[in-house]
Amino acid sequence: MRVMVFVKATEDSEKGLPPTAEMTEMFEAMGAFNEELVKAGVMIDGDGLKPSSAGKRIAFDGASRTVIDGPFAEARELVAGYWVWEVKDMDEAVAWAKRCPNPMPGPSELEIRPFYEMEDFGDALTPELAEREQKLRDQLAGQ
Amino acid sequence: MAAAMLASPADLADKAGMAADPTHRAIEAVFRIERARLIAGLARLTRDVDRAEELAQEALLAALTDWPASGVPERPGAWLMAAAKRRAIDGFRRAAMQDRKHAEIARERDDERDMSIESLEARLDDDLGDELLGLIFAACHPAISPEARAALTLRLVGGLTVEEIARAFLSNEAAIAARITRAKKAIAKAGVAFEVPRGRALAPRLASVLEVIYLIFNEGYAATSGPDLVRPPICAEAQRLGRILAGLMPDAPEVLGLLALMEIQASRLSARAGPDGALVPLPEQDRARWDQLLIRRGLKALARAEALGGADGPYALQAALAACHARARRAEETDWRRIGALYDRLGQVMPSPVVELNRAVAHSMAFGPEAGLALIDTIAGEAALRNYAPLPAARGDFLLRAGRAAEAKLAFEAAAALAGNERERDFLLARAAVCGELVR
Repeated sequence: MRVMVFVKATEDSEKGLPPTAEMTEMFEAMGAFNEELVKAGVMIDGDGLKPSSAGKRIAFDGASRTVIDGPFAEARELVAGYWVWEVKDMDEAVAWAKRCPNPMPGPSELEIRPFYEMEDFGDALTPELAEREQKLRDQLAGQ
Repeated sequence: MAAAMLASPADLADKAGMAADPTHRAIEAVFRIERARLIAGLARLTRDVDRAEELAQEALLAALTDWPASGVPERPGAWLMAAAKRRAIDGFRRAAMQDRKHAEIARERDDERDMSIESLEARLDDDLGDELLGLIFAACHPAISPEARAALTLRLVGGLTVEEIARAFLSNEAAIAARITRAKKAIAKAGVAFEVPRGRALAPRLASVLEVIYLIFNEGYAATSGPDLVRPPICAEAQRLGRILAGLMPDAPEVLGLLALMEIQASRLSARAGPDGALVPLPEQDRARWDQLLIRRGLKALARAEALGGADGPYALQAALAACHARARRAEETDWRRIGALYDRLGQVMPSPVVELNRAVAHSMAFGPEAGLALIDTIAGEAALRNYAPLPAARGDFLLRAGRAAEAKLAFEAAAALAGNERERDFLLARAAVCGELVR
Protein backbone atom coordinates (compact mmCIF):
# COMPACT_ATOMS: atom_id res chain seq x y z
CA MET A 1 0.00 0.00 0.00
CA ARG A 2 1.02 3.56 -0.61
CA VAL A 3 0.98 6.08 2.19
CA MET A 4 1.80 9.74 2.48
CA VAL A 5 3.67 10.72 5.61
CA PHE A 6 3.30 14.37 6.58
CA VAL A 7 5.85 16.16 8.68
CA LYS A 8 3.72 18.64 10.59
CA ALA A 9 5.02 22.17 10.88
CA THR A 10 6.04 23.76 14.17
CA GLU A 11 6.74 27.34 15.18
CA ASP A 12 10.42 26.59 14.53
CA SER A 13 9.87 25.23 11.01
CA GLU A 14 7.66 28.24 10.26
CA LYS A 15 10.68 30.47 10.92
CA GLY A 16 12.61 28.85 8.07
CA LEU A 17 15.96 27.12 8.26
CA PRO A 18 18.47 28.89 10.49
CA PRO A 19 21.99 27.63 9.65
CA THR A 20 22.71 26.36 13.16
CA ALA A 21 24.85 23.39 14.22
CA GLU A 22 21.69 21.80 15.55
CA MET A 23 20.10 22.08 12.12
CA THR A 24 23.11 20.50 10.45
CA GLU A 25 22.93 17.61 12.89
CA MET A 26 19.22 17.14 12.20
CA PHE A 27 19.88 17.12 8.45
CA GLU A 28 22.52 14.45 8.89
CA ALA A 29 20.22 12.26 10.97
CA MET A 30 17.41 12.73 8.47
CA GLY A 31 19.77 11.93 5.61
CA ALA A 32 20.74 8.65 7.27
CA PHE A 33 17.07 7.79 7.84
CA ASN A 34 16.23 8.56 4.22
CA GLU A 35 19.08 6.34 3.10
CA GLU A 36 17.72 3.52 5.24
CA LEU A 37 14.27 4.00 3.69
CA VAL A 38 15.73 3.90 0.18
CA LYS A 39 17.77 0.76 0.86
CA ALA A 40 14.66 -0.95 2.20
CA GLY A 41 12.79 -0.08 -1.00
CA VAL A 42 10.22 1.87 1.02
CA MET A 43 10.69 5.53 0.06
CA ILE A 44 9.39 6.44 -3.35
CA ASP A 45 9.15 10.19 -3.00
CA GLY A 46 9.60 12.96 -0.50
CA ASP A 47 10.57 16.59 -0.02
CA GLY A 48 10.53 19.55 2.32
CA LEU A 49 8.30 22.60 2.03
CA LYS A 50 9.14 26.24 2.69
CA PRO A 51 7.37 27.99 5.59
CA SER A 52 3.81 29.12 5.01
CA SER A 53 5.07 32.72 4.69
CA ALA A 54 6.06 31.68 1.15
CA GLY A 55 2.63 30.14 0.50
CA LYS A 56 -0.79 31.30 -0.60
CA ARG A 57 -4.32 30.08 0.01
CA ILE A 58 -7.25 30.27 -2.35
CA ALA A 59 -10.55 30.50 -0.49
CA PHE A 60 -13.72 29.34 -2.26
CA ASP A 61 -17.22 30.55 -1.53
CA GLY A 62 -19.75 30.02 -4.26
CA ALA A 63 -18.40 31.73 -7.34
CA SER A 64 -15.88 33.87 -5.49
CA ARG A 65 -12.18 33.06 -5.13
CA THR A 66 -10.07 34.99 -2.67
CA VAL A 67 -6.31 34.72 -2.54
CA ILE A 68 -4.83 34.89 0.94
CA ASP A 69 -1.11 35.43 1.42
CA GLY A 70 0.84 33.47 4.03
CA PRO A 71 2.03 33.13 6.72
CA PHE A 72 -0.87 31.24 8.24
CA ALA A 73 -1.65 30.80 11.91
CA GLU A 74 -1.83 27.45 13.75
CA ALA A 75 1.57 25.95 12.83
CA ARG A 76 0.37 22.49 13.90
CA GLU A 77 -2.16 22.44 11.09
CA LEU A 78 0.49 23.17 8.48
CA VAL A 79 2.76 20.77 6.66
CA ALA A 80 6.55 21.20 6.57
CA GLY A 81 7.39 18.19 4.42
CA TYR A 82 6.21 14.83 3.20
CA TRP A 83 7.23 11.37 2.06
CA VAL A 84 5.47 8.83 -0.12
CA TRP A 85 6.18 5.31 1.12
CA GLU A 86 5.28 1.94 -0.33
CA VAL A 87 4.72 -0.47 2.56
CA LYS A 88 2.96 -3.78 3.13
CA ASP A 89 0.56 -2.43 5.71
CA MET A 90 -0.07 0.35 8.22
CA ASP A 91 1.90 -1.53 10.91
CA GLU A 92 5.00 -1.34 8.77
CA ALA A 93 4.46 2.35 8.08
CA VAL A 94 4.16 3.01 11.82
CA ALA A 95 7.30 0.97 12.53
CA TRP A 96 9.25 3.05 10.02
CA ALA A 97 7.80 6.35 11.26
CA LYS A 98 8.89 5.51 14.82
CA ARG A 99 12.47 5.21 13.53
CA CYS A 100 12.44 8.70 12.11
CA PRO A 101 14.67 11.13 13.99
CA ASN A 102 12.65 13.96 15.50
CA PRO A 103 12.39 16.28 12.50
CA MET A 104 12.08 19.40 14.64
CA PRO A 105 14.05 20.95 17.51
CA GLY A 106 11.03 20.68 19.84
CA PRO A 107 8.00 18.39 20.09
CA SER A 108 6.67 17.50 16.64
CA GLU A 109 4.38 15.12 14.82
CA LEU A 110 4.26 12.84 11.78
CA GLU A 111 0.93 11.89 10.24
CA ILE A 112 0.47 8.79 8.06
CA ARG A 113 -2.36 8.75 5.53
CA PRO A 114 -3.01 5.87 3.11
CA PHE A 115 -3.84 6.67 -0.51
CA TYR A 116 -7.20 5.62 -1.91
CA GLU A 117 -6.95 2.53 -4.06
CA MET A 118 -9.47 1.33 -6.64
CA GLU A 119 -10.75 -1.52 -4.46
CA ASP A 120 -11.58 0.97 -1.70
CA PHE A 121 -14.50 2.16 -3.77
CA GLY A 122 -15.93 -1.37 -3.92
CA ASP A 123 -19.61 -1.53 -4.80
CA ALA A 124 -20.07 2.17 -4.19
CA LEU A 125 -18.57 2.71 -7.65
CA THR A 126 -21.48 1.61 -9.83
CA PRO A 127 -20.85 1.02 -13.54
CA GLU A 128 -22.62 4.33 -14.29
CA LEU A 129 -20.42 6.24 -11.86
CA ALA A 130 -17.34 4.44 -13.15
CA GLU A 131 -18.28 5.43 -16.68
CA ARG A 132 -18.80 9.04 -15.67
CA GLU A 133 -15.44 9.07 -13.93
CA GLN A 134 -13.92 7.52 -17.04
CA LYS A 135 -15.33 10.36 -19.19
CA LEU A 136 -13.89 12.91 -16.80
CA ARG A 137 -10.49 11.30 -16.98
CA ASP A 138 -10.72 11.21 -20.78
CA GLN A 139 -11.43 14.93 -20.83
CA LEU A 140 -8.51 15.57 -18.51
CA ALA A 141 -6.22 13.48 -20.71
CA GLY A 142 -7.39 15.36 -23.80
CA GLN A 143 -6.52 18.77 -22.36
CA MET B 1 14.19 -27.45 9.70
CA ALA B 2 10.42 -27.43 9.99
CA ALA B 3 10.39 -24.15 11.87
CA ALA B 4 12.13 -22.41 9.02
CA MET B 5 9.33 -23.29 6.65
CA LEU B 6 6.68 -22.01 9.03
CA ALA B 7 4.36 -19.35 7.77
CA SER B 8 3.99 -16.02 9.42
CA PRO B 9 5.29 -14.49 12.64
CA ALA B 10 1.64 -14.40 13.72
CA ASP B 11 1.62 -18.19 13.58
CA LEU B 12 4.65 -18.29 15.80
CA ALA B 13 3.05 -15.92 18.24
CA ASP B 14 0.02 -18.21 18.35
CA LYS B 15 2.25 -21.17 18.99
CA ALA B 16 3.87 -19.31 21.83
CA GLY B 17 0.41 -18.83 23.30
CA MET B 18 0.19 -15.15 22.47
CA ALA B 19 -2.55 -13.33 20.66
CA ALA B 20 -1.72 -10.92 17.88
CA ASP B 21 -2.58 -7.83 19.93
CA PRO B 22 -1.39 -4.38 18.86
CA THR B 23 1.92 -4.72 20.72
CA HIS B 24 2.69 -7.99 19.01
CA ARG B 25 1.68 -6.63 15.65
CA ALA B 26 4.02 -3.70 16.19
CA ILE B 27 6.85 -6.08 17.11
CA GLU B 28 6.16 -8.22 14.06
CA ALA B 29 6.25 -5.12 11.85
CA VAL B 30 9.68 -4.27 13.26
CA PHE B 31 10.77 -7.85 12.70
CA ARG B 32 9.58 -7.78 9.08
CA ILE B 33 11.74 -4.73 8.46
CA GLU B 34 14.79 -6.45 9.97
CA ARG B 35 14.19 -10.03 8.84
CA ALA B 36 16.09 -10.10 5.52
CA ARG B 37 19.17 -8.41 6.94
CA LEU B 38 19.02 -10.68 9.97
CA ILE B 39 18.92 -13.81 7.82
CA ALA B 40 21.69 -12.41 5.64
CA GLY B 41 24.03 -11.90 8.59
CA LEU B 42 23.16 -15.25 10.11
CA ALA B 43 23.61 -17.12 6.83
CA ARG B 44 27.07 -15.63 6.54
CA LEU B 45 27.86 -16.78 10.08
CA THR B 46 26.38 -20.29 9.88
CA ARG B 47 26.74 -20.88 6.11
CA ASP B 48 23.32 -22.51 6.33
CA VAL B 49 20.18 -20.69 5.12
CA ASP B 50 17.81 -23.04 6.92
CA ARG B 51 19.59 -22.53 10.21
CA ALA B 52 19.68 -18.77 9.58
CA GLU B 53 15.90 -18.66 9.07
CA GLU B 54 15.38 -20.75 12.18
CA LEU B 55 17.61 -18.50 14.28
CA ALA B 56 15.82 -15.40 12.99
CA GLN B 57 12.46 -16.85 14.01
CA GLU B 58 13.86 -17.72 17.44
CA ALA B 59 15.03 -14.13 17.80
CA LEU B 60 11.49 -12.99 17.00
CA LEU B 61 10.14 -15.25 19.73
CA ALA B 62 12.64 -13.73 22.16
CA ALA B 63 11.49 -10.25 21.12
CA LEU B 64 7.84 -11.19 21.56
CA THR B 65 8.69 -12.32 25.09
CA ASP B 66 10.90 -9.39 26.09
CA TRP B 67 9.75 -6.30 24.24
CA PRO B 68 6.17 -6.01 25.56
CA ALA B 69 7.69 -5.34 28.99
CA SER B 70 10.95 -3.59 28.08
CA GLY B 71 9.71 -1.70 25.02
CA VAL B 72 11.18 -1.88 21.52
CA PRO B 73 14.93 -1.30 21.86
CA GLU B 74 16.53 1.73 20.26
CA ARG B 75 18.37 -0.50 17.77
CA PRO B 76 15.96 -3.38 17.18
CA GLY B 77 18.07 -4.85 14.38
CA ALA B 78 21.14 -5.12 16.58
CA TRP B 79 19.07 -6.56 19.43
CA LEU B 80 17.57 -9.27 17.22
CA MET B 81 20.96 -10.08 15.72
CA ALA B 82 22.53 -10.40 19.17
CA ALA B 83 19.71 -12.68 20.35
CA ALA B 84 20.01 -14.87 17.25
CA LYS B 85 23.79 -15.05 17.48
CA ARG B 86 23.68 -16.06 21.12
CA ARG B 87 21.48 -18.97 20.06
CA ALA B 88 23.80 -19.78 17.19
CA ILE B 89 26.75 -19.96 19.57
CA ASP B 90 24.73 -22.14 21.97
CA GLY B 91 24.07 -24.40 19.01
CA PHE B 92 27.76 -24.57 18.17
CA ARG B 93 28.49 -25.42 21.80
CA ARG B 94 25.90 -28.19 21.94
CA ALA B 95 27.32 -29.66 18.76
CA ALA B 96 30.75 -29.34 20.33
CA MET B 97 29.78 -31.78 23.07
CA GLN B 98 29.55 -34.38 20.34
CA ASP B 99 32.26 -33.24 18.06
CA ARG B 100 35.70 -31.91 18.94
CA LYS B 101 36.08 -30.26 15.60
CA HIS B 102 32.96 -28.23 16.22
CA ALA B 103 34.37 -27.32 19.60
CA GLU B 104 37.24 -25.59 17.89
CA ILE B 105 34.90 -23.75 15.58
CA ALA B 106 32.77 -22.61 18.49
CA ARG B 107 35.85 -21.38 20.32
CA GLU B 108 37.17 -19.63 17.25
CA ARG B 109 33.87 -17.90 16.59
CA ASP B 110 33.67 -16.87 20.24
CA ASP B 111 37.14 -15.44 20.00
CA GLU B 112 36.86 -13.70 16.72
CA ARG B 113 33.56 -12.02 17.43
CA ASP B 114 32.73 -9.91 20.41
CA MET B 115 29.05 -10.60 21.00
CA SER B 116 28.23 -7.36 22.81
CA ILE B 117 25.40 -5.27 21.38
CA GLU B 118 27.69 -2.25 20.99
CA SER B 119 30.08 -4.06 18.72
CA LEU B 120 27.21 -5.53 16.73
CA GLU B 121 25.72 -2.09 16.33
CA ALA B 122 29.00 -0.78 15.06
CA ARG B 123 29.27 -3.68 12.66
CA LEU B 124 25.71 -3.24 11.41
CA ASP B 125 26.44 0.42 10.80
CA ASP B 126 29.63 -0.41 8.88
CA ASP B 127 27.90 -3.07 6.87
CA LEU B 128 25.95 -0.66 4.62
CA GLY B 129 23.72 -3.47 3.42
CA ASP B 130 26.56 -5.57 2.10
CA GLU B 131 25.26 -8.67 3.89
CA LEU B 132 21.78 -8.25 2.45
CA LEU B 133 23.29 -7.88 -1.00
CA GLY B 134 25.28 -11.07 -0.36
CA LEU B 135 22.04 -12.89 0.49
CA ILE B 136 20.35 -11.62 -2.69
CA PHE B 137 23.27 -12.87 -4.79
CA ALA B 138 23.22 -16.26 -3.04
CA ALA B 139 19.45 -16.72 -3.46
CA CYS B 140 19.77 -15.83 -7.16
CA HIS B 141 22.75 -18.10 -7.78
CA PRO B 142 22.86 -19.50 -11.35
CA ALA B 143 23.25 -23.02 -9.88
CA ILE B 144 19.50 -22.88 -9.16
CA SER B 145 16.70 -22.80 -11.75
CA PRO B 146 15.20 -19.33 -12.34
CA GLU B 147 11.82 -20.40 -10.87
CA ALA B 148 13.46 -21.76 -7.72
CA ARG B 149 15.60 -18.62 -7.48
CA ALA B 150 12.44 -16.52 -7.64
CA ALA B 151 10.73 -18.53 -4.88
CA LEU B 152 13.79 -18.45 -2.64
CA THR B 153 14.31 -14.72 -3.16
CA LEU B 154 10.69 -13.94 -2.34
CA ARG B 155 10.98 -16.08 0.80
CA LEU B 156 14.34 -14.85 2.11
CA VAL B 157 14.52 -11.28 0.87
CA GLY B 158 10.86 -10.39 0.28
CA GLY B 159 9.75 -12.12 3.49
CA LEU B 160 6.73 -13.71 1.78
CA THR B 161 5.25 -16.83 3.30
CA VAL B 162 5.22 -20.09 1.35
CA GLU B 163 1.47 -19.62 0.98
CA GLU B 164 1.91 -16.14 -0.51
CA ILE B 165 4.55 -17.39 -2.95
CA ALA B 166 2.29 -20.27 -3.99
CA ARG B 167 -0.46 -17.74 -4.70
CA ALA B 168 1.97 -15.60 -6.70
CA PHE B 169 2.93 -18.49 -8.95
CA LEU B 170 -0.55 -20.08 -8.94
CA SER B 171 1.03 -23.19 -7.48
CA ASN B 172 0.37 -25.14 -4.31
CA GLU B 173 2.22 -24.76 -1.05
CA ALA B 174 3.76 -28.23 -1.09
CA ALA B 175 5.27 -27.65 -4.52
CA ILE B 176 6.69 -24.27 -3.54
CA ALA B 177 8.04 -25.61 -0.23
CA ALA B 178 9.76 -28.43 -2.12
CA ARG B 179 11.14 -25.94 -4.64
CA ILE B 180 12.58 -23.80 -1.86
CA THR B 181 14.08 -26.82 -0.08
CA ARG B 182 15.73 -27.98 -3.31
CA ALA B 183 17.10 -24.48 -3.90
CA LYS B 184 18.59 -24.34 -0.40
CA LYS B 185 20.21 -27.72 -0.90
CA ALA B 186 21.64 -26.60 -4.23
CA ILE B 187 23.14 -23.54 -2.53
CA ALA B 188 24.69 -25.70 0.18
CA LYS B 189 25.97 -28.22 -2.34
CA ALA B 190 27.53 -25.56 -4.55
CA GLY B 191 29.21 -24.06 -1.47
CA VAL B 192 27.81 -20.62 -2.33
CA ALA B 193 29.35 -17.87 -0.24
CA PHE B 194 26.88 -15.31 1.08
CA GLU B 195 28.96 -12.53 -0.32
CA VAL B 196 28.86 -10.06 -3.17
CA PRO B 197 30.85 -11.44 -6.11
CA ARG B 198 33.81 -9.29 -7.10
CA GLY B 199 35.68 -8.50 -10.28
CA ARG B 200 34.77 -10.46 -13.36
CA ALA B 201 32.44 -12.74 -11.42
CA LEU B 202 30.08 -9.84 -10.71
CA ALA B 203 28.52 -9.22 -14.15
CA PRO B 204 27.15 -12.73 -14.83
CA ARG B 205 25.96 -13.08 -11.23
CA LEU B 206 24.23 -9.68 -11.37
CA ALA B 207 22.53 -10.71 -14.63
CA SER B 208 21.16 -13.72 -12.78
CA VAL B 209 19.75 -11.48 -10.02
CA LEU B 210 18.12 -9.10 -12.50
CA GLU B 211 16.63 -12.01 -14.43
CA VAL B 212 14.93 -13.28 -11.26
CA ILE B 213 13.49 -9.91 -10.30
CA TYR B 214 12.12 -9.35 -13.80
CA LEU B 215 10.70 -12.87 -13.86
CA ILE B 216 8.78 -12.11 -10.66
CA PHE B 217 7.59 -8.80 -12.10
CA ASN B 218 6.31 -10.41 -15.28
CA GLU B 219 4.49 -13.07 -13.29
CA GLY B 220 2.30 -10.21 -12.09
CA TYR B 221 2.36 -8.00 -15.18
CA ALA B 222 1.73 -10.55 -17.91
CA ALA B 223 0.22 -13.42 -15.97
CA THR B 224 1.13 -16.44 -18.06
CA SER B 225 -1.89 -18.39 -16.89
CA GLY B 226 -4.99 -18.02 -14.77
CA PRO B 227 -8.04 -15.82 -15.01
CA ASP B 228 -6.44 -12.49 -14.06
CA LEU B 229 -4.55 -10.47 -16.59
CA VAL B 230 -2.48 -8.57 -14.06
CA ARG B 231 -1.70 -9.27 -10.42
CA PRO B 232 -0.40 -5.96 -9.03
CA PRO B 233 0.76 -7.30 -5.62
CA ILE B 234 3.38 -9.50 -7.32
CA CYS B 235 4.58 -6.55 -9.38
CA ALA B 236 4.85 -4.57 -6.16
CA GLU B 237 7.10 -7.27 -4.66
CA ALA B 238 9.39 -7.18 -7.69
CA GLN B 239 9.48 -3.39 -7.63
CA ARG B 240 10.39 -3.47 -3.96
CA LEU B 241 13.24 -5.92 -4.69
CA GLY B 242 14.38 -3.68 -7.55
CA ARG B 243 14.28 -0.61 -5.31
CA ILE B 244 16.25 -2.40 -2.60
CA LEU B 245 18.85 -3.49 -5.14
CA ALA B 246 19.08 0.02 -6.59
CA GLY B 247 19.47 1.39 -3.05
CA LEU B 248 22.33 -1.03 -2.40
CA MET B 249 23.99 -0.69 -5.84
CA PRO B 250 23.21 2.92 -6.80
CA ASP B 251 25.91 3.07 -9.49
CA ALA B 252 25.07 -0.11 -11.42
CA PRO B 253 23.47 1.03 -14.70
CA GLU B 254 21.61 -2.22 -15.43
CA VAL B 255 20.09 -2.29 -11.94
CA LEU B 256 18.76 1.21 -12.63
CA GLY B 257 17.70 0.13 -16.11
CA LEU B 258 15.63 -2.73 -14.72
CA LEU B 259 14.16 -0.52 -12.00
CA ALA B 260 13.22 2.09 -14.62
CA LEU B 261 11.62 -0.57 -16.79
CA MET B 262 9.52 -1.96 -13.91
CA GLU B 263 8.45 1.46 -12.60
CA ILE B 264 7.29 2.61 -16.03
CA GLN B 265 5.52 -0.64 -16.86
CA ALA B 266 3.86 -0.73 -13.44
CA SER B 267 2.64 2.84 -13.96
CA ARG B 268 0.12 1.36 -16.41
CA LEU B 269 -1.15 -1.46 -14.21
CA SER B 270 -4.51 0.10 -13.41
CA ALA B 271 -5.07 1.06 -17.07
CA ARG B 272 -4.07 -2.31 -18.50
CA ALA B 273 -7.21 -4.22 -17.56
CA GLY B 274 -10.67 -2.79 -18.26
CA PRO B 275 -13.58 -2.86 -15.77
CA ASP B 276 -14.51 -6.34 -17.08
CA GLY B 277 -10.93 -7.55 -16.60
CA ALA B 278 -10.18 -7.60 -20.32
CA LEU B 279 -6.84 -6.48 -21.75
CA VAL B 280 -6.75 -2.86 -22.84
CA PRO B 281 -3.99 -2.44 -25.45
CA LEU B 282 -1.54 0.39 -25.00
CA PRO B 283 -2.97 2.79 -27.63
CA GLU B 284 -6.46 2.50 -26.12
CA GLN B 285 -5.43 2.84 -22.49
CA ASP B 286 -6.74 5.76 -20.49
CA ARG B 287 -3.50 7.60 -19.93
CA ALA B 288 -4.97 9.69 -17.14
CA ARG B 289 -4.88 6.48 -15.11
CA TRP B 290 -1.15 6.03 -15.57
CA ASP B 291 0.67 6.53 -12.30
CA GLN B 292 2.69 9.69 -12.88
CA LEU B 293 4.75 9.22 -9.72
CA LEU B 294 6.02 5.87 -11.00
CA ILE B 295 6.66 7.33 -14.45
CA ARG B 296 8.69 10.13 -12.91
CA ARG B 297 10.69 7.62 -10.88
CA GLY B 298 11.23 5.44 -13.93
CA LEU B 299 12.40 8.33 -16.11
CA LYS B 300 14.76 9.46 -13.37
CA ALA B 301 16.28 5.98 -12.94
CA LEU B 302 16.63 5.67 -16.72
CA ALA B 303 18.36 9.04 -16.99
CA ARG B 304 20.79 7.96 -14.29
CA ALA B 305 21.45 4.61 -16.00
CA GLU B 306 22.19 6.48 -19.23
CA ALA B 307 24.40 9.03 -17.48
CA LEU B 308 26.41 6.14 -16.04
CA GLY B 309 27.09 4.89 -19.55
CA GLY B 310 24.43 2.18 -19.53
CA ALA B 311 22.20 3.38 -22.38
CA ASP B 312 22.86 0.24 -24.41
CA GLY B 313 22.12 -2.27 -21.65
CA PRO B 314 19.22 -4.60 -22.49
CA TYR B 315 17.10 -3.41 -19.54
CA ALA B 316 17.94 0.26 -20.10
CA LEU B 317 16.96 -0.08 -23.77
CA GLN B 318 13.66 -1.70 -22.82
CA ALA B 319 13.12 1.04 -20.26
CA ALA B 320 13.85 3.64 -22.94
CA LEU B 321 11.16 1.98 -25.07
CA ALA B 322 8.67 2.04 -22.22
CA ALA B 323 9.63 5.69 -21.64
CA CYS B 324 8.66 6.59 -25.23
CA HIS B 325 5.10 5.53 -24.43
CA ALA B 326 5.15 7.12 -20.98
CA ARG B 327 6.17 10.48 -22.46
CA ALA B 328 3.33 10.53 -25.01
CA ARG B 329 0.33 12.22 -23.41
CA ARG B 330 -1.89 10.81 -26.17
CA ALA B 331 -1.35 7.66 -28.23
CA GLU B 332 -1.06 9.73 -31.44
CA GLU B 333 1.92 11.58 -29.98
CA THR B 334 3.98 8.37 -29.65
CA ASP B 335 7.40 8.71 -31.27
CA TRP B 336 7.33 5.47 -33.28
CA ARG B 337 10.46 6.32 -35.25
CA ARG B 338 12.43 6.52 -32.03
CA ILE B 339 10.84 3.28 -30.85
CA GLY B 340 11.80 1.63 -34.15
CA ALA B 341 15.40 2.85 -33.75
CA LEU B 342 15.54 1.59 -30.15
CA TYR B 343 14.32 -1.84 -31.29
CA ASP B 344 16.96 -1.86 -34.04
CA ARG B 345 19.53 -1.32 -31.27
CA LEU B 346 17.94 -3.86 -28.91
CA GLY B 347 17.96 -6.44 -31.69
CA GLN B 348 21.74 -6.06 -31.86
CA VAL B 349 22.36 -6.08 -28.11
CA MET B 350 19.88 -8.82 -27.25
CA PRO B 351 19.05 -10.73 -30.45
CA SER B 352 15.83 -12.70 -30.09
CA PRO B 353 12.83 -13.53 -32.27
CA VAL B 354 10.56 -11.77 -29.76
CA VAL B 355 12.56 -8.55 -30.08
CA GLU B 356 12.35 -8.88 -33.87
CA LEU B 357 8.59 -9.26 -33.59
CA ASN B 358 8.32 -6.07 -31.54
CA ARG B 359 10.66 -4.38 -33.98
CA ALA B 360 8.25 -5.31 -36.77
CA VAL B 361 5.37 -3.77 -34.80
CA ALA B 362 7.35 -0.55 -34.22
CA HIS B 363 8.30 -0.27 -37.90
CA SER B 364 4.67 -0.89 -38.91
CA MET B 365 3.67 2.07 -36.75
CA ALA B 366 6.47 4.30 -38.00
CA PHE B 367 6.46 3.38 -41.68
CA GLY B 368 3.14 1.57 -42.37
CA PRO B 369 1.76 -1.98 -42.12
CA GLU B 370 3.71 -3.17 -45.18
CA ALA B 371 7.00 -2.42 -43.42
CA GLY B 372 5.78 -4.53 -40.51
CA LEU B 373 4.71 -7.38 -42.75
CA ALA B 374 8.09 -7.39 -44.52
CA LEU B 375 9.92 -7.72 -41.19
CA ILE B 376 7.53 -10.28 -39.71
CA ASP B 377 7.93 -12.51 -42.76
CA THR B 378 11.64 -12.87 -41.98
CA ILE B 379 10.91 -14.37 -38.55
CA ALA B 380 7.69 -16.29 -39.25
CA GLY B 381 9.57 -19.58 -39.48
CA GLU B 382 11.40 -19.21 -36.15
CA ALA B 383 10.91 -22.31 -34.01
CA ALA B 384 10.81 -20.18 -30.86
CA LEU B 385 7.73 -18.38 -32.15
CA ARG B 386 5.81 -21.41 -33.37
CA ASN B 387 3.26 -21.36 -30.56
CA TYR B 388 3.65 -17.71 -29.67
CA ALA B 389 0.27 -15.96 -29.80
CA PRO B 390 1.66 -12.42 -30.22
CA LEU B 391 3.14 -13.37 -33.63
CA PRO B 392 -0.16 -14.13 -35.41
CA ALA B 393 -1.78 -11.33 -33.36
CA ALA B 394 0.70 -8.78 -34.76
CA ARG B 395 0.36 -10.23 -38.23
CA GLY B 396 -3.41 -9.92 -37.97
CA ASP B 397 -3.03 -6.30 -36.94
CA PHE B 398 -0.75 -5.47 -39.91
CA LEU B 399 -3.08 -7.26 -42.34
CA LEU B 400 -6.15 -5.49 -41.00
CA ARG B 401 -4.45 -2.11 -41.29
CA ALA B 402 -3.33 -3.01 -44.82
CA GLY B 403 -6.99 -3.63 -45.71
CA ARG B 404 -6.68 -7.43 -45.92
CA ALA B 405 -9.47 -8.24 -43.44
CA ALA B 406 -10.09 -11.85 -44.50
CA GLU B 407 -6.46 -12.83 -43.91
CA ALA B 408 -6.42 -10.77 -40.72
CA LYS B 409 -9.41 -12.71 -39.38
CA LEU B 410 -7.56 -16.01 -39.83
CA ALA B 411 -4.46 -14.62 -38.13
CA PHE B 412 -6.44 -13.38 -35.09
CA GLU B 413 -8.18 -16.73 -34.80
CA ALA B 414 -4.83 -18.53 -34.92
CA ALA B 415 -3.55 -16.18 -32.21
CA ALA B 416 -6.63 -16.79 -30.02
CA ALA B 417 -6.06 -20.53 -30.23
CA LEU B 418 -2.56 -20.01 -28.81
CA ALA B 419 -3.40 -17.48 -26.08
CA GLY B 420 -2.53 -18.76 -22.60
CA ASN B 421 -4.76 -16.36 -20.76
CA GLU B 422 -8.55 -16.21 -20.98
CA ARG B 423 -8.66 -12.42 -21.14
CA GLU B 424 -6.16 -12.32 -23.96
CA ARG B 425 -8.13 -14.98 -25.87
CA ASP B 426 -11.34 -12.96 -25.53
CA PHE B 427 -9.56 -9.89 -26.80
CA LEU B 428 -8.18 -11.69 -29.87
CA LEU B 429 -11.51 -13.30 -30.70
CA ALA B 430 -13.15 -9.89 -30.51
CA ARG B 431 -10.63 -8.57 -33.03
CA ALA B 432 -11.28 -11.55 -35.31
CA ALA B 433 -14.99 -10.76 -35.11
CA VAL B 434 -14.33 -7.16 -36.19
CA CYS B 435 -12.47 -8.48 -39.25
CA GLY B 436 -15.41 -10.81 -39.96
CA GLU B 437 -17.78 -7.81 -40.02
CA LEU B 438 -15.54 -6.05 -42.55
CA VAL B 439 -15.43 -9.04 -44.86
CA ARG B 440 -19.19 -9.43 -44.98
